[in-house]
Amino acid sequence: MIDARGLSCPMPVVMVQKEVQKNAPQELTVRVDSMVCVENITRYAHLQGYEVQYTQDGGDFVLTLHK
Amino acid sequence: MENEVKLTKLASCAGCGAKVGAGVLAQLLDGIRVRTDPNLLVGFDKSDDASVYRISDELALVQTVDFFPPIVDDPYVFGAIAATNALSDVYAMGGEPKLALNVMAIPADMPKEVVHEMLRGGYDKAYEAGAIITGGHSILDPEPKYGLAVTGFVHPDRVLTNSGAVPGDVLFLTKPLGIGILTTAAKAELTTPAGMTLAQKLMLTLNRGARDVMVNYRVHACTDVTGFGLLGHCTEMAQGSGVEIHLDVNAIDLIPEALEFARMGVLPEGMYRNRTFAEPHVDAGEAALAVQDMLYDPQTSGGLLIAVDPQDADELFEELRDAVPSAQRIGTAEEYRGGKRIFLHQ
Repeated sequence: MIDARGLSCPMPVVMVQKEVQKNAPQELTVRVDSMVCVENITRYAHLQGYEVQYTQDGGDFVLTLHK
Repeated sequence: MENEVKLTKLASCAGCGAKVGAGVLAQLLDGIRVRTDPNLLVGFDKSDDASVYRISDELALVQTVDFFPPIVDDPYVFGAIAATNALSDVYAMGGEPKLALNVMAIPADMPKEVVHEMLRGGYDKAYEAGAIITGGHSILDPEPKYGLAVTGFVHPDRVLTNSGAVPGDVLFLTKPLGIGILTTAAKAELTTPAGMTLAQKLMLTLNRGARDVMVNYRVHACTDVTGFGLLGHCTEMAQGSGVEIHLDVNAIDLIPEALEFARMGVLPEGMYRNRTFAEPHVDAGEAALAVQDMLYDPQTSGGLLIAVDPQDADELFEELRDAVPSAQRIGTAEEYRGGKRIFLHQ
C-alpha cells in the first residue's frame, strides 16, 4: 500500500514507479487525493502491463493495480 | 553563483501550468459588463494574446501582462524565461515590444542576491528584445512570482490576431513541444541534464526571430503556444476564425525525452485541464495517448503558431527555418463542416 496523499505531481507516480521497479508486485494498492494522480498512475501502470481499477473514498482515490 | 534557494520547491505549479483554465476564465468573467471603444482593435472577446488599441492610422498600442512561479531553480534563468514568455504575446500580435514593467512577488526571507539575479535575467532579456524596463510593482508573498507587463507597437493594419485564419491556410509552429512535461519531471529530478538544457534553451528563445520573418508574408492568424497547449490554442484559433484545423501529427516536433515521460505518466496537472477544455473539439484519430498528451502539454514560453496564405507558405518556411531552425510545417486550416474543430492525422 502506497499512501501518496498530499503530494503534488509527479511525486505519486514516481513513488509507484520505484515500487514497481524494485519489487515488481503482482498487486499494488495506491491511495491518492487527486484525479490527476489517478490518471498519471493509470498511464504508467498500463505501460507496465497492469490492469487498473479505482474507487473514490471521501476525498481520496484508491487505485488497485494487478497483473 | 551557488544557488542555495531551490526556487521550484517554493512553487506549487510550474510556469504556464499555473494558468487558470480557459473554460474557467470565461466563467469568471461571465456577466461582467464589457465596455467597447472604436479604437480597441483587439479586446478580451476573442481570447487573444494581447489587447491592441489604435492611437493613429499609423500606430497601435499592444499591451499584455504575464507572470508565474519559478519554473527553474536558477533565479537568473527564471527571470529571463519569465520575461521571454511575457514579451512573446507582443510578437504573437505581430508587434514590437518597447516598454515593460516588472511584476514581482517575493518571500520576505528571500536572499536579496537571488531577487537581484531574477531581475537581472528579466532586464537582460528585455534589452535583447529591444525593450526597456521602466519600473514595476513588488509584493511580499510566500510563493515567488515574476513576469512583465509589456507595451509594444504595431501598425493598425498589420495586427495579427488568433482569429483570422481562413480555409487553405498553412500552419507553422516555431518550437518543439514537451516543455511543460520536462519541467514537471524536473520537479522530481527525473530530467536528464541534456533534457533540461534543451528546455531552458527553448524557453529562453525570444519569438522575435519568428515574428520578424512572418510580418513579411500574408499571415492571417498568429498566437503563441503557451499554457493551453497546442490543441488548446488551436481550438481557440479554429473557433475564433470559424475554421477547422487539420494537424499532421508526424510533422510536429515532440521532444523525445518528454514523450518518454508522457508514456510513464509524468504529466502536469495543466495538461489535464487543457484536455478538459479542448478534447470535446478534437478528433484524435489514431494518435497514441502519449502523443495526444504532448499536444495538450502546457508550454512555458512556447513558439508561435502561424497561419499563412498557402501561396506564401513555401517561401515563409524557407526564411523561417533560417531564422528559427526548430520551425515546423504542421497542418492546414480548412472550411468548417460542423462538429469537431481539430483533426489529428497520422
